[in-house]
Amino acid sequence: MTIHGYRLPAMSSLVLWAVLWEIVGRSGLTFFIPPLSEVLQTLFQIIGTPAFQNALQETVVAFLAGILAAVAIGIPVGILMGKSRLVDEMLLPWVNMFLSAPLTALVPVLMVLFGFGMKSIVITTTLFAIWIIILNSRAGVKQIDRSLVEMARSFGASPLDAFYKVYFWAALPEILGGVRIGVIRGVKGVIIGQLLISVVGFGALFELYSSNFLMSHFWAVLLVLFAMAFALSELLAHLERRVSYYAAKR
Amino acid sequence: MRTPASEIAVTARRISKNYGAVEALRNLSLDFPRGQLTSLLGPSGCGKTTLLKIIAGLLEPTSGEVEVNGKAVTGPGPDRAFVFQDFALLPWANVLRNVAFGLELRGIARSEREAIAEGYIRNVGLAGFEASYPHELSGGMRQRVGLARALSVDAQVLLMDEPFSAVDEQTRRKFQEDLLSLVQREAKTFIFVTHSIEEAVYVSDQIAILLPRPSRVSEIIRPGGFRNKGADQIRRDPEYLDIVDEIWASLRRYVE
Amino acid sequence: MMPQRSLMLTLLSAGLVFGAWQIAGMIPVSYAFPTFLETMSALLRMVLDGTLFVAFGETLKPLLVGIAISAALGIGLGLWIGLSSWFDWLFSPIFIVMQAAPLAALIPLLVMVYGIGLTSKVFVVCIMAMPVIVLNTSGAVRNTPTPLKEMGRSFLGSERDIVLKIILPAASPIIFSGLRLGVSAGFIGAVLAELKITPTGVGDIISYSRSIADYPSMYAAIFSIIVLAVLFLNLLERLEDFLFEGNNRGYASDT
Ligand SMILES: Nc1ncnc2c1ncn2[C@@H]1O[C@H](COP(=O)(O)OP(=O)(O)OP(=O)(O)O)[C@@H](O)[C@H]1O
Ligand SMILES: [Mg+2]
Repeated sequence: MTIHGYRLPAMSSLVLWAVLWEIVGRSGLTFFIPPLSEVLQTLFQIIGTPAFQNALQETVVAFLAGILAAVAIGIPVGILMGKSRLVDEMLLPWVNMFLSAPLTALVPVLMVLFGFGMKSIVITTTLFAIWIIILNSRAGVKQIDRSLVEMARSFGASPLDAFYKVYFWAALPEILGGVRIGVIRGVKGVIIGQLLISVVGFGALFELYSSNFLMSHFWAVLLVLFAMAFALSELLAHLERRVSYYAAKR
Repeated sequence: MRTPASEIAVTARRISKNYGAVEALRNLSLDFPRGQLTSLLGPSGCGKTTLLKIIAGLLEPTSGEVEVNGKAVTGPGPDRAFVFQDFALLPWANVLRNVAFGLELRGIARSEREAIAEGYIRNVGLAGFEASYPHELSGGMRQRVGLARALSVDAQVLLMDEPFSAVDEQTRRKFQEDLLSLVQREAKTFIFVTHSIEEAVYVSDQIAILLPRPSRVSEIIRPGGFRNKGADQIRRDPEYLDIVDEIWASLRRYVE
Repeated sequence: MMPQRSLMLTLLSAGLVFGAWQIAGMIPVSYAFPTFLETMSALLRMVLDGTLFVAFGETLKPLLVGIAISAALGIGLGLWIGLSSWFDWLFSPIFIVMQAAPLAALIPLLVMVYGIGLTSKVFVVCIMAMPVIVLNTSGAVRNTPTPLKEMGRSFLGSERDIVLKIILPAASPIIFSGLRLGVSAGFIGAVLAELKITPTGVGDIISYSRSIADYPSMYAAIFSIIVLAVLFLNLLERLEDFLFEGNNRGYASDT
């Protein structure tokens, strides 16, 4: 978008939307949308409170644990699938199935098996994130140039060396792409888990605010959540671009 | 055989074109005689495509103007048809619809436009492939579709941007011969962009050599003597070989 | 012989997984972990007495309405965004943020505004499905191969013709896959809505049988909705391959 030859920065329209929010809020059009300025004030008030800090901490811990598990399991499984046809044919239907399945339906099972707590939420996060990580790692390994593999062989690389010095790096752009999407899905997973098991983290906070009709509190938390999710996904996209400069030229 | 110089179909007058800071064309002037084939020849990136798109009305020049039959060009018009380097065929439409697509956009009734299209499909040697889709055709066949589409709108001026660059050498030679007979058969003006010196000399009545950016016409060559000799004689004609050498001599310093 | 091998392996791995499930249920690993066979017989019972189909009908209602709304609105908006740089500037950021954000967090708000009825559930489906539909459509429209658009202009196509006869068909494979991803996200939303807002349809079977500790029925309901979603999405994918077979290979530039 350019105005008089000047290029408006991407995402700058969000400022316009913020102004619109403020106007709608001030106009008193609806009780459910308080002015942005009020939401921001509330945000500064609650951001230091133990309730908020607690929720944030619980969410971040569950999220990190879930993602860590998804990455630690997903990447090796994906690489294995990419390298071994037998494993691939055994696992691929399941991976594809879980990738598109409505995983929300599994949360009740996790609740009865692992209780109404942290453990279930961590597993929910992992479940949301892992499938795309597996699939991308697999695709990354599958596209590795045969001549690169043969090069490693011809120079007498040990299997371990070949893995760490060739396969991993050659597949890295795809793997990172998978991790980025997995992380975004994981964020959704952790929140869905908390909503359904609403006694922990932001789930509990939402319950509290909405049952007391504390609208600006509610929006303040949403704002923090969305901003963090967006920043995270942009950061990962940035990292991915830095690594994938060689993706096109392999 | 040459038409008088007053018979000019297309005129480019003092054309300049800047892409931001990049000056692609500067003060380029060139006449295109009616009924003849003019080639634009020059090193890569010198602005041949740019000039062609300006004539087509797809790009606006920064300054200067183009006239077709004495009328200034302000945009694409029914008097010009474009043959694209990468064919620009609709992948979801079969050969018949692709060839008739120019007419379809002009609002010609279906039965009429398909009758016209069928004629040109036969002309370019694709009879029997009317129902095929682009992905089922070879590169050379796809370019014939693009050519038939341009012919079927019956424009007086045909603009061709490296039309043969994506086909193999044998097909290319066949195309060049076909093009020669096409120029003779149809009373149309051809403007032809190419990288290949041999191709330019082989098919052209007039060759405009462009210099690298900012580009002007450095030289106009009119190979003529061997034009009547018949397709297979031309490549052995001494004049043909001399002109090829001459052009290479003047272009080679830009290639280093 | 090749497809046979792949089929055999799929059956084998299904056998292994269901076998492991059976054994884990027989140990049992948890009081709330029924065996595979118990679950299947609960499923069979629900199929035979028809409860399952009634439940599917309930669950699919907000899903279908939501997908229909998201498709109409999302494709329209995406087309607009892809064609106009001004709308691109204005709307794209919203959908980019929506795509990254955990929109499920809006559910408590939706319930406050629209209550616990169908409207809220439809909304949940919409907010889940819309972003990917909009972003796919606008991206595909923006990336229509330039030569095709120039071809349309040089043959004097009107703006309308170029949009309807060139840009839309060229973009349709990606728009369609956006729809498929939207349906997948919509399923997540529909089930979430039934579990979080009010238990109806499959969500009701899940919640109710959990409350009376009828775990085989609960697992069967979950199993069935997952199978339903996966089958439906597979069908869409097949349809996509069938409809746009030539499109992806047909661009001359990929010769
Ligand atoms: N859309 C554009 N934006 C910026 N610069 C451009 C654009 N199109 C062309 N140019 C520049 O203008 C110059 C001329 O380009 P043009 O495509 O006309 O060259 P050409 O002679 O057709 O080259 P080639 O023989 O490689 O096809 C090039 O240096 C190119 O960098
Ligand atoms: Mg060019």
